[in-house]
Amino acid sequence: MQFRLEKRREPSQVMVYFTPFAAVVLTMVIGALIFSLIGYDGVGAVREIFLTPLTNAYKWQDLGIKAAPLIIIGVGLSIAYRANVWNIGAEGQYVIGGVAGTGVALLTYGMTGWWVLPLMVIAGILGGMAYAAIPALLKTRLNVNEILTSLMLTYASVQLIYFLIRAPWKDPMGMGFPQTRLFSEAARLPTIIPGTIVHLGVPIAVLVGLVAWFIMSRSLFGYRMRVVGAAPQAARYGGFSENKTIWMAMLVSGALAGLAGVLEVAGPFQRLVPGFPTNYGFTAIIVAFLGRLNPLGVIIAGVVLAITFVGGEVAQTTIGLPDAATGIFQAMMLFFLLAGDILIKYRIRRVGVQQTAGAA
Amino acid sequence: MPHRLELTGITKRFPGVLANDNVSFAVRPGEIHALLGENGAGKSTLVKMIYGIMQPDAGEIRWDGVPVVVPNPKAARKLGIGMVFQHFSLFEALTVLENIALGMDSKIPSRDLEARIRQVMSTYGLLLDPHRTVATLSVGERQRIEIVRALLLDPKLLIMDEPTSVLTPQEVEQLFEVLRKLAAQGCSILYISHKLHEIKALCDTATILRGGKLVDTCDPRQETSRSMAEKMIGAGLKDIVRVGERTLGAAKLVVSRLSTHKAGHFDVPVSDVSFTVRSGEIFGIAGVAGNGQNALLDALSGEIRSDDKEAVSLDGYPLGLLDTTGRRKRGLCAVPEERNGHAAVSDFTLSDNSVLTARDRLGMVMLGLINSGAAKTYTGKVIADFAVKALGPASTAGSLSGGNLQKYIMGREILQKPSVLVVSQPTWGVDAGAAAAIHQALVDLAAAGSAIVVISQDLDELRALCDTLAVINMGRLSQPRPAGEVSVEEIGLLMGGVHGAAEAHDAVPA
Repeated sequence: MQFRLEKRREPSQVMVYFTPFAAVVLTMVIGALIFSLIGYDGVGAVREIFLTPLTNAYKWQDLGIKAAPLIIIGVGLSIAYRANVWNIGAEGQYVIGGVAGTGVALLTYGMTGWWVLPLMVIAGILGGMAYAAIPALLKTRLNVNEILTSLMLTYASVQLIYFLIRAPWKDPMGMGFPQTRLFSEAARLPTIIPGTIVHLGVPIAVLVGLVAWFIMSRSLFGYRMRVVGAAPQAARYGGFSENKTIWMAMLVSGALAGLAGVLEVAGPFQRLVPGFPTNYGFTAIIVAFLGRLNPLGVIIAGVVLAITFVGGEVAQTTIGLPDAATGIFQAMMLFFLLAGDILIKYRIRRVGVQQTAGAA
Repeated sequence: MPHRLELTGITKRFPGVLANDNVSFAVRPGEIHALLGENGAGKSTLVKMIYGIMQPDAGEIRWDGVPVVVPNPKAARKLGIGMVFQHFSLFEALTVLENIALGMDSKIPSRDLEARIRQVMSTYGLLLDPHRTVATLSVGERQRIEIVRALLLDPKLLIMDEPTSVLTPQEVEQLFEVLRKLAAQGCSILYISHKLHEIKALCDTATILRGGKLVDTCDPRQETSRSMAEKMIGAGLKDIVRVGERTLGAAKLVVSRLSTHKAGHFDVPVSDVSFTVRSGEIFGIAGVAGNGQNALLDALSGEIRSDDKEAVSLDGYPLGLLDTTGRRKRGLCAVPEERNGHAAVSDFTLSDNSVLTARDRLGMVMLGLINSGAAKTYTGKVIADFAVKALGPASTAGSLSGGNLQKYIMGREILQKPSVLVVSQPTWGVDAGAAAAIHQALVDLAAAGSAIVVISQDLDELRALCDTLAVINMGRLSQPRPAGEVSVEEIGLLMGGVHGAAEAHDAVPA
């Protein structure tokens, strides 16, 4: 017996939007099963990871600040991926964004003024763009695969942090800890709800999603991204140069990753530490796909992935689930989503058996 | 003597379409039987069922008088049914012999196979060196491989699917010789085509399909091309209306020493192409597929930019360095051969597809934002003016049939009133009714003073449409000639690579 994938005449539009939900539900079911089989309280784990963050109001602020960077990076990636530009190195651009912002914060250390934070944000955006420009240059000039270069540059960026906080940027009062000094007041992202940790980055993330949605659906830039991704030859015929599109896609996704980086370093961290690279850049890949590469979908998907982060921490303390459990749940979600996508586009046909039956 | 093949009441239904509705006909041994119909008439579905690729929902297939079920192509070949497809399945990098060996159902030692191939070739006059690499062969020669492959199985019925669409007139004549020889030896031939004069020249019987139903079975030699065409499309055929004697104006499109670089391994670049098209002129470029037509279209549309700004100019303004957008703004629009994924994006709505090429000439973009209302209005006008069968501007391009999509694409460019329009294969795979409408639109555009370049493999189309004809062969363009002065034989020789007027004249038998 053999199975074959057969292309469907027209993918069901209902299923296209239903699959992300199905993927989340399947992840919960299979996750509960797996963790039960290896001896944990599987149902409890799923409850703690997916429901506690929603039912416990105290966890909502955590959700907000975890979702913000995921949404900002995810929106950028969704734009690049629409154009089939596979920027896998958002983590690196996020890191460099944070580093650039830190640079400004340290240069202006002790100064006051409203202009410090905007300057940091601009530096962070430019940093992310510059770092994304390297894969773009290599791709357009030498046709080097951007997946490889952007991914590898991530590891280089992490080493840059380690170097900076051990030598030139090391906190003079830090008792030898590898970290920069705490940013001065003007360089810290203000909280928007008094008494919570919810910072300005959260509304910025929602705004980024909304603006990106408008641009992608209404502007010529969005049209360019969509047409290059859907039919590269038609895009060339329509007058959209492929190289220019690669540059735009890389720079936009790099800029947003850099923005997320500088907001993160000025918000929750307020200094550069070895733990700054938190894999938001990689998780945002799942966010982008779970959100169907649609900026509005990315906002929802960012919250879903934030739930797994927050819930994973809850489950660690309440039922002693290992840290890696969160990663497993996130990976399962992406797996089910991609598998669902295949089934939307193709149907599985059993071949061999039917044909011999017809011969009889 | 029983019929070689007899179909009774064959019906095949697809979701939403009745592809074959109660079709019955029979083929005698040694008969050359034409299966005639427009695109979408159900010819391909019918032969796919005969060859075992699909199963009928109802009806009976009899083979030599015995009812049979053909579960798959292998079983069909076992019965003695051979098929030569329109699109060849050949590996470019392998030799003729290797390609044939790969396609055989049973493994035969290479030396025996070669002996058998040579024997088949000499019997039927199919000249071909078994050791040549396919990439070096012309399309006609490639088709011979497929024919040899089918003949090695000693078929009693050979199905030919649109075999001449890629051949030069001389190659067509050679093919007909082979088919007549085969038929004389008792092999039946089912010949699928929509080229009426070929069917008149070759076939004993013609079965005409329309909309999945059998319309008529007739003797093509008793019919006129026109009467068969009208049965095929089910209506009176419209002639192209030309408004009086057109006078050609000043030179509009001047192409001067245009060359492209070889882009891929099997890409055919153009070299040193020069020609001039005047206002009101329709300039035809004939040629066998794969002789640089694609590169020529891309180099004219701007998808391939030239290093020399004078290589392409419009009304004296150099366009060589501009991209497609820049050339469109200057008034040069183009339609490539491939509809899906090149001239249109299947997943996009027709409205979005209008933005692809009409955004600048019709002001669909303001301050970087798309004016979707303008795109929708324009698309609605294209649909109405060109009788495109679509639900509306919001239908996706992929939901349209090939002919309707082509009408939409042609309409999208023509309604922009370009001063130069370059089209490749304007009626490829388009039914006769739609083809007539497209031809009329091109003639009208020329009458309004535009210069038009038509690149096509269909000589009938070019001769009906064009004022001037040239032939492209291996990326080189022959000397353009007034269409009324060149004979089919001359064009055929040029298509086959015999260059120069004098040379062509010598080669034509007096």
